[in-house]
Amino acid sequence: MDIDFYWSTFLELLTGVPLMAQLVSLSLAVGFVLAVFVALIRLSRWRLASGIAYGYVYVFRGTPLLVQMFLIYYGLGQFEWIRESFLWVFLRQPYWCAILAFTLNTGAYGSEIIRGGLQSVPWGQIEAARAAGMSGWLLFRRITMPIGIRQALPAYGNEMILMVKATSLASIITMLEITGIAQRLISQSYRAVEILVVAGVIYLMINFMLTRLVKWLEHWLSPHLRDAPVVATPAAALAH
Amino acid sequence: MKKGLLSVLAVAAVAALVGTPAFGQAKKVKIATEGAYAPWNFTDPSGKLAGFEVDLANDLCKRMNAQCEIVAQDWDGIIPALNAGKYDAIMAGMSITDKRKEVINFSTPYAATPAQFVVLKSSPLTKALPLDTKVYSLKTMTPETQKAIDAVKAAFKGKIVGVQVSTTHANFLETYLKGIAEVRPYKTTEQHDLDLTAGRIDAALASQAYWKPMLDKPEGKDMTIVGPGFVGGLFGTGVGVGIRKADAQLLSEFDKAIVAAGKDGTIQNLSMKWFKFNVTPQE
Repeated sequence: MDIDFYWSTFLELLTGVPLMAQLVSLSLAVGFVLAVFVALIRLSRWRLASGIAYGYVYVFRGTPLLVQMFLIYYGLGQFEWIRESFLWVFLRQPYWCAILAFTLNTGAYGSEIIRGGLQSVPWGQIEAARAAGMSGWLLFRRITMPIGIRQALPAYGNEMILMVKATSLASIITMLEITGIAQRLISQSYRAVEILVVAGVIYLMINFMLTRLVKWLEHWLSPHLRDAPVVATPAAALAH
Repeated sequence: MKKGLLSVLAVAAVAALVGTPAFGQAKKVKIATEGAYAPWNFTDPSGKLAGFEVDLANDLCKRMNAQCEIVAQDWDGIIPALNAGKYDAIMAGMSITDKRKEVINFSTPYAATPAQFVVLKSSPLTKALPLDTKVYSLKTMTPETQKAIDAVKAAFKGKIVGVQVSTTHANFLETYLKGIAEVRPYKTTEQHDLDLTAGRIDAALASQAYWKPMLDKPEGKDMTIVGPGFVGGLFGTGVGVGIRKADAQLLSEFDKAIVAAGKDGTIQNLSMKWFKFNVTPQE
């Protein structure tokens, strides 16, 4: 085993982490807002909007991300009127095409996860909130949303991990994130196995941190499942 | 009936024992190509592999008395898969370079063409880097070659250049234009052409043998070759058949077949058919 080679590859591939982190965080942030929005429309009683939201989810969930990236990057670039519009400022750059594809994709998956979470909020709790005088936005903000998100979090954590891995597809539209750099290194040394092993380790490390973060969020949102904090009583203090 | 079957079996048994070549002992050779680098090799509308290298491979196999199967394989994994034993040879417009020779062997070259930059006809680069029909060798850095490289460097300052990943062309940009131009790696040459047309990149670098037929197609009508052509050095000595290091026997058979195909004009005929100019290595 060539430790030096592994180490230099590791350092080289780490230079792709900031770009990957940007792609993931930006598309997850915008994608989450989009997901909540789409989930709410799906649950609304407005049939037409709900239908359109369903259509969006259906298309983006039913086609491969790779195809979506290709269509957004190469497909949109084919149209003269797009190239002449203000959109081209963004679509010209592979970076924004990648962000757009990832956001739309995670928005579609996320909306279904969040819809599931919101629908799983027990009716009794909503009724209790209403009895306490809450309604509309207040009810949503205080009760439905936090409980729904908490229910959705484990599944949403999965989606976040999938997004981290999906960023590897950005390399096909010329972005030099971890996989893109790995491909370049492979082309220079032809040591595909070693380089891909190191790339895999980096993805594992990132996803390990991400799962910790989701776990912490889950913990934070579930105070009712934790033991009550022990309050030191005078008797306990005496025992020490 | 039974007797007939028995006698057939007997003949087969004798044939198996004797094992004469006359009984179709032609060895099997599996050759990989990319299938996306027209006219070297590409997939025709019916899904079949075609192109200069497919025709040449069939000719070489006949000369080697081998039974060949040509398969398509993605470019960026084509060398690792050869070494993993998925096939026995690569004929995919692959230049013979020292770096590649560290991992696989190459036959004697069957083609050699210079690398050239292509831009849109409307690009200011057509004036900044006018077409220079001379071909410069990177093998030895003569003042002339240095001047040609400096001209390229000056013209591409701050520009975006597309190139297929894992190619000698990508290595050229990495070596000479790093920090000067932004280099974007593409999976296939067709993809950088799309982006060149769309205006996402200012230029693309590939082999002349790829550009010439491309520029004759409707997709290439707005493109034009600029600047000088480069050969040698990190571009290697030409395009050869890639073979596993352990397969010395197969290598010498390919060498013999290629030399013969070069001598009797087969390579020239095929290259006129596919490239419209002669790609036979000149040395």
